[in-house]
Amino acid sequence: MLSIEFLLNALVAGLLLGGFYAALSAGLSLSFGLLDVVNIAHPAFILFGSYLTFYANEHFGFDPVLAGLIFAVPAYFVGVAVYKIYYNSFEKTGAESLRGLVFFFGLFFLIEVILIITFGVDYRLVRAFYIGKSTSIGPVGIAYRLFVPFLVGGILSTVLYLFLTKTFFGRAIMGVAQDSLAVQLMGVDPIRIKTVAFGIGIATAVIAGSLLIIIGPVEPTIGREYIGRVFAVTVLGGLGSMTGTLVGALILGVAESFTSSFFGPSWALAVSFGILLICLAVRPSGLFGR
Amino acid sequence: MGRIIRHVILGFALLLAVSIAFTPAAHAAKEVKIGFSMALTGPLGPAGKAALLAMQIWRDDVNAKGGLLGRKVKLVYYDDQTKPANVPGIYAKLLDVDKVDFIVSGYGTNLIVPALPIAMERGMVFMGLFGLDANAKFKYNNYFQIMPAGPDPIVDWSRGFFELAKKQKPQPKTIALLSADSEFARNAVAGARRNAKKYGLKVVYDQRYPFPGTSDFTPILRAVKAAKPDLFYVGSYPGGSVGIVKAAHEIGLEPKLFGGGMVGLQYTAIQMNLGKLLNGITNYWFWAPEKTLKFPGIEAFLAKYQKEAPKQKLDPLGYYLPPFAYAYVQLLGNAIEATKSFDQAKVGAYIRNNTHSTVVGNVKFGKNGEWATSRTFQVQLQNIKSNKMSEFSKPGKMIVLYPEDFKSGNLIYPYAKGK
Repeated sequence: MLSIEFLLNALVAGLLLGGFYAALSAGLSLSFGLLDVVNIAHPAFILFGSYLTFYANEHFGFDPVLAGLIFAVPAYFVGVAVYKIYYNSFEKTGAESLRGLVFFFGLFFLIEVILIITFGVDYRLVRAFYIGKSTSIGPVGIAYRLFVPFLVGGILSTVLYLFLTKTFFGRAIMGVAQDSLAVQLMGVDPIRIKTVAFGIGIATAVIAGSLLIIIGPVEPTIGREYIGRVFAVTVLGGLGSMTGTLVGALILGVAESFTSSFFGPSWALAVSFGILLICLAVRPSGLFGR
Repeated sequence: MGRIIRHVILGFALLLAVSIAFTPAAHAAKEVKIGFSMALTGPLGPAGKAALLAMQIWRDDVNAKGGLLGRKVKLVYYDDQTKPANVPGIYAKLLDVDKVDFIVSGYGTNLIVPALPIAMERGMVFMGLFGLDANAKFKYNNYFQIMPAGPDPIVDWSRGFFELAKKQKPQPKTIALLSADSEFARNAVAGARRNAKKYGLKVVYDQRYPFPGTSDFTPILRAVKAAKPDLFYVGSYPGGSVGIVKAAHEIGLEPKLFGGGMVGLQYTAIQMNLGKLLNGITNYWFWAPEKTLKFPGIEAFLAKYQKEAPKQKLDPLGYYLPPFAYAYVQLLGNAIEATKSFDQAKVGAYIRNNTHSTVVGNVKFGKNGEWATSRTFQVQLQNIKSNKMSEFSKPGKMIVLYPEDFKSGNLIYPYAKGK
């Protein structure tokens, strides 16, 4: 049972899963980690992306990842609109803490209902040439169905990291996250910056949705399964750190995989959240937190 | 004279007003109300909505023939959102506010169990839709469950899988068990565990996976593969079933017999997505378009269902749950007609003591309101060549292997040969 081959396969499966978790959490890391917007509806936007991907795949034969990238553009504008409503209704009046949370809860259920009415409650899946196929590197097997989300998740995290650290606009977002007033004194409108950042967060959620439906079937309420996990990844990695989100996601993925492989899958979630609790006790700001 | 005419006109006006005011109520009184909760959203929503459509087809069939004992049937239902906690409140409302005449269950064990104490307290006949041994602890004599699991549901559910394995040469010696961490799947695998012991199989892997909450099954199936079982029995829900089938192909997991209690492989959308990956899997099944399963009325029902299902974005073929959802209200309706009564005790006694002809075949209830004899089919998926829906709507693809009375073909063994 404890062969090197088995160990390597468990490690690789965990890393692949972690890459997927990173993609799911990247947008939340922007909105919650950097902007302090508790977007509890983030998994619903992910699922919305899954359904848009399903539609494009089913009716036009689009590759799921390509569909996700295409729909990310209109999703950005949806995100911009959502943030404007949120800002004008709650943040501007200082009522964002509780009422804002209720707003995003409401949005979560609204998206679910829209999906139910539009697509029905049946399970939806996509087809792509790489789904159901796998390859081997030495003794390690890699399923393309998991490798594609890993790859896209890794690229997404890297692009966001480079955007936030190397571009003027990205650094402005980081500036708003650190000291909104200071940014304002420099002549930059923090609300505009936050609006753009939130829009990017929703766009990444839609891309993550295309990865979710590659891995398995979706139904309109499946987003609820991911609320805990995406917030756990963001908090474990450290609020506001894209590197932290990626590392946190990989840690949770590997922990789940190792637990499933060596101790039984029923312990997987308990171990993942146990790691989160230990991390918060030892380092409350998360692994790469500010 | 004018005064008399005025009084007559006033009298007619009053009469008219009274008749208008009381007509709907009078009609309402003539309706037979059947109340239930149903999973219309949540994880069981896809099947629950299909079940509702089947029940509505039955209602329309009955009403077209004049209703039950001359009273039109009305279905009163609420979405339980696949949440057991919602169920007691729904049934209390159905009985106390909506004043329904009969109650039937929602879909699934987890949603039947919370309603059973209410049915018992009120002495109501309670028809169950796909509950696995839900009445084991209550032992309520007016509970009747339509899923053909048999008198010892937990064990009978997987008996066919083990009977098939027993007949193979050389006989399998080891088994791996995997279940979703939820009541139905746990029960299904608990039965498989007991059968494994009875049939002398050594359990080399026995685990549960978190449900919901498992995204990737690869590490789990690698652990199964490392245990090298001859048989692999799985109790899973639709999302998990898809993940398990795909992961098994990706890592090359090839036990000699694979499947057992996987929910979802019977759904058309999932069948169309998995296509050829389904070949060789042996799993429980309730109905398939095989020549041995042509029960009276089933084809007429499915024709109506398949006409309406695409409009409601439901399972387009509807072979899994809808025939049974039709049958459990059909059986109740037939009992009301036969006893010429709406009395719960009389209807209950009739259902208990007779064999009933339904669209899912003849049904006779036994201990705890389960089928007197198990008729859970074991089906092997064979000769699937594409992802088209037509692959699954014709005979020769879902081969019935067990029980013998309904057998429509032979097992391709081992699983790798059937892939």
